[in-house]
Amino acid sequence: MTTPLRGLLDRDVVAATAGVGLFAEALRDQAVPVTETEWAPPMAGTEADLATVMADRRRVEANALAFARMTAAEAKLVDVRPAAQALSLERGTFLHAGPPLEWARASGPMRGALIGAVLLEGLADTPEQAEEQLAAGHYTLEPCHHRDAVGPMAGVVSPSMWMYELRDDVHDNTSWCSLNEGLGKVLRYGAYGPEVIDRLHWMTRVLGPLLQQSVRASGPFDIKSIIAQMLQMGDEGHNRNRAGSLMLLRELLPGLITADAPSADIAEVVRFSGANEHFFLNLGMPACKLATLAAHNIPGCTIVTTMARNGTDFGIRVSGAGEEWFVGPANTPEGLFLGSFGPEDANPDIGDSAITETGGIGGFAMAAAPAIVKFVGGDVPFALEATQRMYGITEGEHTAYTVPILEFRGTPTGIDVTKVVRTGILPQINTGMAGAVAGVGQVGAGLVTPPVQCFPAALASLARRAEL
Amino acid sequence: MTTSDLTHVELRRGTYYDSVTLMQVSQRVARADGVAAAQVAMATELNVEVLRGMGFPVPDEAAPNDLVIAVRAESAAGSAGIEAGLAAVDEALTATRSTTSGGAGGFGSAPPPRTVGAAVRTGAASIAVISVPGQHAVTETYDAIAAGVSVMLFSDNVSVADEIALKDAAAAADVLVMGPDCGTAMVGGVALGFANVVRGGGIGLVAASGTGAQQVMCLLDVAGLGVSHCLGVGGRDLKAAVGGRSTRQALTALAADPDTSHVLVVSKPPDEAVLTAMRAYAGELGLDVAWAILGEGRDDLTTSVEGFLRGLGHEVPSWPSAVAPDPAPDLPRGGSLRGLFCGGTLADEAMFLAAAELGAIRSNIAHENDLLLGPALTDAGHLVIDFGDDGMTQGRAHPMIDPSLRMERIAAEALDPTCGVLLLDLVLGYGSHPDPAEDLAHAIASAQATAREAGRSLPVVVSLTGTDGDPQNATRTMSKLHAAGASVFVSNRDATRHALSSLRSHS
Repeated sequence: MTTPLRGLLDRDVVAATAGVGLFAEALRDQAVPVTETEWAPPMAGTEADLATVMADRRRVEANALAFARMTAAEAKLVDVRPAAQALSLERGTFLHAGPPLEWARASGPMRGALIGAVLLEGLADTPEQAEEQLAAGHYTLEPCHHRDAVGPMAGVVSPSMWMYELRDDVHDNTSWCSLNEGLGKVLRYGAYGPEVIDRLHWMTRVLGPLLQQSVRASGPFDIKSIIAQMLQMGDEGHNRNRAGSLMLLRELLPGLITADAPSADIAEVVRFSGANEHFFLNLGMPACKLATLAAHNIPGCTIVTTMARNGTDFGIRVSGAGEEWFVGPANTPEGLFLGSFGPEDANPDIGDSAITETGGIGGFAMAAAPAIVKFVGGDVPFALEATQRMYGITEGEHTAYTVPILEFRGTPTGIDVTKVVRTGILPQINTGMAGAVAGVGQVGAGLVTPPVQCFPAALASLARRAEL
Repeated sequence: MTTSDLTHVELRRGTYYDSVTLMQVSQRVARADGVAAAQVAMATELNVEVLRGMGFPVPDEAAPNDLVIAVRAESAAGSAGIEAGLAAVDEALTATRSTTSGGAGGFGSAPPPRTVGAAVRTGAASIAVISVPGQHAVTETYDAIAAGVSVMLFSDNVSVADEIALKDAAAAADVLVMGPDCGTAMVGGVALGFANVVRGGGIGLVAASGTGAQQVMCLLDVAGLGVSHCLGVGGRDLKAAVGGRSTRQALTALAADPDTSHVLVVSKPPDEAVLTAMRAYAGELGLDVAWAILGEGRDDLTTSVEGFLRGLGHEVPSWPSAVAPDPAPDLPRGGSLRGLFCGGTLADEAMFLAAAELGAIRSNIAHENDLLLGPALTDAGHLVIDFGDDGMTQGRAHPMIDPSLRMERIAAEALDPTCGVLLLDLVLGYGSHPDPAEDLAHAIASAQATAREAGRSLPVVVSLTGTDGDPQNATRTMSKLHAAGASVFVSNRDATRHALSSLRSHS
């Protein structure tokens, strides 16, 4: 027999309070255990929308379902193919990071990357000509996310670029991401000089096909399992990917060594991949994309399924609000700078890589990667605190991704719009910083948050769609 | 920030304190050396109005989530007074943080929970007590329900539509929403909100009235009977719109509770059809339920409790009281009753009892529209004012915590020649002011002295809801008020009757 009110009258009172402090004191005076909420009013003007969305009768179950799907989603690397095949990307169409963007509003690094991609495709002979064509609207620009793909930093994808292809058989989803070019002057940071284009050609001619041979020979590779392991080895999966990159190389090596290719090419692929600390980023991102894709489009669900930046705007999408983007001007990250670069050299936030935080790693798993503070700034207590703060705005704790120093607590997963608006706590994102001028490349790395207005806007849309 | 020589006004963003805490901070700052006036408050519309009324230039960009710090120095002190005031602000604010938050800092320690759902999960709580401002209360309550716990919802200014939706969501989750505007509850001997320390026993209460439930529990305590649980349901639960949603759940729970042998339902005037339905439901549960229901033509709470005791074959005690002599027997008196209450149900009960004898009584909680008091709350005739009503608590703490409005009114009545007797309530117990007798005794004595100087006698009657187990101790409180010149009664009925007899003996 079940007692009514979940046994309220049978058990010792243990209280949680929100509001006037003296009620908590009165309970403590009676030796009742009390947990006080450090309550503050929600973001200004959101009271009515909050009350409506909280009352949506689908919300609780929808969010639980979204969380269950996010954490159950698989991520298997099944193939490596050119974007023309994998995404049916037409010649003349270029994918980019973040929410939709037109050339006129594109930032320096985004313009640089698009110029480079036009050159790579052989559509123009000079950067100037490429820029003219882009400005004249000769080409179609489209967010990677609209094709279930993700791209770091500028995230520019053109038809001849090779893509990792990842599968989630549980939810029958596929996602894609380009191959990582390494650090320094690279296309994703807006560089388009000859050495950048030469490297991209080599990646198309040598790296892509060899990775394909390896994956087809000894894959599929379980990327989700690598993420779970790398978090226990000091990576957070966004700005620190060292362990993940080495584990990925370990998976790829047998297939590379036995590939049908000149040994000099194989050696160069191994050297290139092994030297790149962020080699794994382009697999962690589509893995997180698969997780959030599984949670997307659940009616009544208030969980964020996309956070992405195009260097001008920051945009989010929410499971229960369909394909609508909620955007605001991208913030400029704060952090540490390479060489003689300084804050004035940095471009506003850019890249689809915030999909890692959306999926419960990256800045949300910062406590697992205390060494990251030497790269992005802050100190170790901050790293520990950042992850714990994110529990306040997420639906649950990841079942596969855990943080040893927090007693193997699961990473905070599933950003809930209502919790962000109620607490004013913004998602913590670890990120690289691109130079503001096209062609400069990376200038640093640091910490950033979304612009605050994305969340009340998403909440208002959820309120319009609410079923009471 | 604006600072003139003597006045300093400053906005702080991103920081929030509840109104009770800020009231204490303001008092502390106002006492600092060289400070003439000080107010530290969230910049709600009402508070900004108050601040401007005090002559502080609050900037237009002030928003409700901003903290305003306003300090005026004594002219002799000058800028040193402002500095002292600001130092006192920082000291007082720091002191509140260190006691209220679970202690931030340390090596990567977890931040405190920021939503009630997180607090429930962090502490594995069985119940949530929510007292955030009304416009935010619905959100927090849904969160607590989703976290699987019952809610004591102290907040007022929650709409009926929201109340119904919350209670339906709670019933679906098999938890109880006690409220909104629920001041009193007791679960397993633990007082939630405003509640008195009473003996344990077999009587389960369902209360659509906060101070009504406190009155009943205190009377039962005097009679030697104890309470198992007191489940608040909110003052509107037995109205037609809400339809007894929480009462139904509370009766079901008490019927299944082995510690509860009898059930007493305490309510403000209910809807008749809902009351009939609840009686029928209690019958279905096979539950022995007594009803202490206020309303026209019904018994008052004391009489209902007396009937309940007789029904149990229990002796009806004499309710404690201390009667004071006429403060100035040779002087004339005004002819009007002035009831100044903090407890809504106590005010309501006094009004019903007095109306039977005096006829029309004007009130801010009158049941007939033509008897409703205007915003000035003044009239030459008989008045009963409930200082705890929704309309009086927007942007400020309940008068059981912050008695300043009523104190001002007591002083004003002393000067009003039409005031013939002051009828006051004082509710002790958890949640209430820790030592209310001191200030009230002082107010009573000075009101009587003021009236005497003006050539009038002003009898004061206090309805004292409390027990000797309360932190403030009812017997000691009674002596203190009696010594100050008031007649004091533990039964609100008896207090009201005594006030009426004072009016009669005069006419």
